[in-house]
Amino acid sequence: MLSRHPLLRTTLCVLLLLVVTCGLVFAAFAQIKYRWNWEGFRKNEMLFFQGWLTTLGICAGAMVICLVGGFTLMLGSRAPWEPVRLASKGYIAIVRATPLLVQLLIGYYVVANALKIHDSIVVGMLLLGLFEAAYLAEIFRGALESIGRSQREAASAVGFSTMQTYRYVLVPQAVRRALPGTTGELVSLVKNSSLLSVLGIEEVTQITRLINSRSYTALEGFIPLALAYLAVTLPLSWAARRLERRFAYET
Amino acid sequence: MKLEARGVVKAYGIHRALDGATFQTESDARVVTLLGPSGGGKSTLLRVLGCLLVPEAGQVLMDGTQLPNNEVGALRERRKNGFVFQGYNLFPHLTALENVALPLRAVHGVSAAQAEARAREMLDRLGLIGHEMKHPAELSGGQQQRAAIARALAPKPRLLLLDEPTSALDPVMTGEVLDVIRELAENGQQIVLATHEISFARKVADWVVFLAQGQVQESSTAEDFFTRPQTALAQQYLEGLAKYR
Repeated sequence: MLSRHPLLRTTLCVLLLLVVTCGLVFAAFAQIKYRWNWEGFRKNEMLFFQGWLTTLGICAGAMVICLVGGFTLMLGSRAPWEPVRLASKGYIAIVRATPLLVQLLIGYYVVANALKIHDSIVVGMLLLGLFEAAYLAEIFRGALESIGRSQREAASAVGFSTMQTYRYVLVPQAVRRALPGTTGELVSLVKNSSLLSVLGIEEVTQITRLINSRSYTALEGFIPLALAYLAVTLPLSWAARRLERRFAYET
Repeated sequence: MKLEARGVVKAYGIHRALDGATFQTESDARVVTLLGPSGGGKSTLLRVLGCLLVPEAGQVLMDGTQLPNNEVGALRERRKNGFVFQGYNLFPHLTALENVALPLRAVHGVSAAQAEARAREMLDRLGLIGHEMKHPAELSGGQQQRAAIARALAPKPRLLLLDEPTSALDPVMTGEVLDVIRELAENGQQIVLATHEISFARKVADWVVFLAQGQVQESSTAEDFFTRPQTALAQQYLEGLAKYR
């Protein structure tokens, strides 16, 4: 019966896996004889929710920054003018080769201070966006360079200028090829936003730590925290897969 | 039209695809065919004649006017031409209709409605009625090549350049595409065709340019070339191709 209802079968499989996973998690907690105390967390639910909204806002802003920044860096790394090309490539290399934590601390306490920007949320959003932009630039570059020479030649043959070639031929095809990698980076961005807690920004991770210490509990808050991140990252991946299917013109 | 090349050089790295190609057609050649062994420079010469490539040295003249040797001038010039390639080179993310209509709008300044009407007319003429909304991957090789010809012809090009348009097709599809090209030739379209289809070239060509090793070995009327080839290379080439036909 199940073989004739693929949707039902998939749903059952997912539910089963979910139950097994939850069972394993709670078994682990039981093994260490963890004593649950949800009272403190429940009292601070609203605070947690506010933190989650802050995280959402920071991530949305950082996503825009990293998409625009990534595209700009990609263009920069292909620019005909050498200083621009070297600067873009150097930025990408250094940002990708150093830990985000170090970038956040130096960016916030040194650079932002020197520039007299004191809004920690804005600084955090910028630093996170600029960090992911370096990765996206490489994903975009790979996607663009994977488009064959024959497509460039065809674009040139129908009379497109360089700008038109990018606009009508290269970018639309590159978007599809860049989608899977870009989704991965955006999901990373959401998770990496938890590091902003070191700047004292009251995003959801920082709030969770606050709640845990305020109610003298050790780990309770981290389970809702994991779920709060999943509530963003899973729909993001799902939406991206739907988008990929919409762009699937080659099969 | 009259095509003329004087000492044209085009190199890819250290390889000289054209190494001083020189020829001159009669003044009213309509269908010029480029023949010769693979790697001999046919495709490169075709691209230079159509202003898709700018040569490193030498001059190309069309009806006595020199073609530009800079990228800006070449773009202006190649917008007057239509190209068809061996691998079709349609835009895979666009429907057959958009493949034809987009260049009309973006390059030739045709209004959206007129571009669509013209695109439908061209696809219809090339036997692609009912396939307008399909993407290239949903079309057969022959259909893709006919869509590519529709795209090349839609802006009413002065010159249609075809680079081995049937080399990637099976015999049936080759027949379909050659029929289209012959009809175009008979209706007066000016054509430059690089091909290995000797018997087809014999039927449609007015003028033959025979290339090998990046140089023009022979340039003569089709009649003369096929009945009295002058060079040993051309004789060997024709004999080799005639062996199994």
